[in-house]
Amino acid sequence: MPTRRQFIKVGIAGAAVFATVRWLDRSEAAPATNYRFFDAQAIVMAAALVPVVLAGALPEEPRARAIAIREVVEAFDRAISALSPAVQKEVDQLFSVFRFGPSRLAFAGLWEPMEEAPVEEVAAFLTRWRTSRFEIQRAGYQALTQLIQASWYDNTTSWAAIGYPGPPRLP
Amino acid sequence: MSVADPIAEGLARGWKAIDAAMLTRDRELEFDVVVIGSGAGGGVTAEILAQAGFNVAIVEEGPLVGSSDFRMREREAYPRLYQESAARQTADRAITILQGRCVGGGTTVNWTSSFRTPPRTLAHWNSAHGLSTMTEAALAPWFVRMEERLSIGAWLTPPNENNDILRRGGQKLGIPTASIRRNVKGCANLGYCGMGCPLNAKQSMLVTTLPAALDKGATLVHRARVTRLVIEGDRVTACEARGVERNGAGTGTHRVRLRAKHFVLSAGSIGSPGILLASGAPNPNALTGKRTFLHPTVVSGAVFPQKVEGYYGAPQTIYSDHFLDSQALDGPVGFKLEAPPLHPILAAITLPGFGPDHLAWMKRFPNLQVLIALMRDGFHDESQGGQVVLKSGWPVLDYPITDYLWNGVRRSYLAMAELQFAAGAQTVMPLHEGARPVNRWKDAKAAIEGLPMRPLHSRVVSAHVMGGCAMGNDARNSVVNEAGRHHHLANLSVHDGSVFPTSVGANPQLSIYAITARMATGLAQSLKG
Repeated sequence: MPTRRQFIKVGIAGAAVFATVRWLDRSEAAPATNYRFFDAQAIVMAAALVPVVLAGALPEEPRARAIAIREVVEAFDRAISALSPAVQKEVDQLFSVFRFGPSRLAFAGLWEPMEEAPVEEVAAFLTRWRTSRFEIQRAGYQALTQLIQASWYDNTTSWAAIGYPGPPRLP
Repeated sequence: MSVADPIAEGLARGWKAIDAAMLTRDRELEFDVVVIGSGAGGGVTAEILAQAGFNVAIVEEGPLVGSSDFRMREREAYPRLYQESAARQTADRAITILQGRCVGGGTTVNWTSSFRTPPRTLAHWNSAHGLSTMTEAALAPWFVRMEERLSIGAWLTPPNENNDILRRGGQKLGIPTASIRRNVKGCANLGYCGMGCPLNAKQSMLVTTLPAALDKGATLVHRARVTRLVIEGDRVTACEARGVERNGAGTGTHRVRLRAKHFVLSAGSIGSPGILLASGAPNPNALTGKRTFLHPTVVSGAVFPQKVEGYYGAPQTIYSDHFLDSQALDGPVGFKLEAPPLHPILAAITLPGFGPDHLAWMKRFPNLQVLIALMRDGFHDESQGGQVVLKSGWPVLDYPITDYLWNGVRRSYLAMAELQFAAGAQTVMPLHEGARPVNRWKDAKAAIEGLPMRPLHSRVVSAHVMGGCAMGNDARNSVVNEAGRHHHLANLSVHDGSVFPTSVGANPQLSIYAITARMATGLAQSLKG
């Protein structure tokens, strides 16, 4: 059974790799128009994660589905921009890991870019990270899934399906 | 009916309030006393000092918002009213910390649970930490005073189903439960306390002590993050703050420098040690920020055949101290059982998994019942709490979950699942990435015994940050004395939950109110000298 110290060491090594990948990442730092955090490529990757994390929850009808995915990505972007600078940096590093073929393959086990990978493979990568022996992957899994889940369930269009009537009228 | 907003009315009456995020130039201000933070400790301190005739400034990192801004929407409330959008986490991301960041601090967004400091906790503070004046008898008048000030009393409305299940399950198993007292006046039993009370029924600092201080001429500087105290010799000469950006994530460009005769830190158990560390305050025994406690809390979800509607009704009205009272303080960790309010975002991010598994739980949302177990940390050698450290200038809490606490996590899961089944649950699941829903107590027991106890497997949360500037009479093992005065800085006090030498073992707001009321009253007398 590895000790906490060993786990921390692996965690620090993982964090160093994540930071290095971010440093190698030459993509422009500026957010896309109307976004606070995501650049164009991150928007596409986030839009690929959303239907996997929210499988079954999004509307089926194609137009409504596209709108819902866009709104979740926008809320995801807003949510990241309100986190502490340290956490923003970590999410940024996480997206850099997904941008680069070698780091994406090594860490997430995905051969293809996120937006081209079959949904089963994206789901399988999230499942591996969910109970990974490395804290950095479990933390990455939780950050991605929780931000996407929060971004969907803050949307009033998600409430009917879960039977939430919304806030009461004030007396 | 439209609700009067005491904040809008106070501003119209001429309260002195400076929004540091909107500054167009640097400001330099001077006061008798500067209070850093406007939560339970800062609010109480500001009122007492202002009423004693001092020219007081209150500096708050969060925004000044009032009941007309509280629309019972999580998407508005979390980024606006909470530290790091309600996603503040410990250094290894294993514990999510709900902590207020707005005028009124945690009291604006807490769930109104009001407990006096448990006598066993006070006795332990005396025997293990040498606190001689924090006795039940000595504190009783301060509890009475703050209970009257904040309308703390019995809640006579029947509990919502989420809480009543805790009561009924306890009854079935012979586990005593009791009612929680609340700081409310004219409460309509809405259930949205965590998003700010739209009716001003919750008697938070926002509608009680802070308006009283502002009516006495105090100045409120909000959306101002204190970056450091300026220390010369054994005195603090000024406090430097910067306006925050609109969403609170970054720092704005303009500075506010506040000079005063005396400074009071009431920035909470991450903020207060953080400011001391960032200021290079004397710290000869490296105690500042150490022994910071969280009441680490784990969660058990259950689906009931009947509707639970945990989103409506007073959020916390029933509790059980059975698993605290039945444990020796130096034995396995004890835990308090409560039920939390359920709203879509908080439920969605706390339920484990993603995709269809996650959706299956969300689809039962109206029938979902949730129990929480809050562990009493800091009473045992193997529970030394966490440490506040600075990371790129920001305070971060490094809190390792020890095996001693993991043992408590497992016992908490067992106790909650058994109680939920006893109350008639169809399905129960500890909120843990490795758990699966089960339909019988026997299966739950076997599954919980086999769960791996590791960070970021078990969902661990906290809404109570305590300690980090422990009080004591010996400067070798404490940061402030029992009067709240810093051992090494003559004109600095700490008035907030950070002075507690352990966790409280109960929701801490009333402990903070009473103990800081006594500290502030003593401070007013000594400053008048």
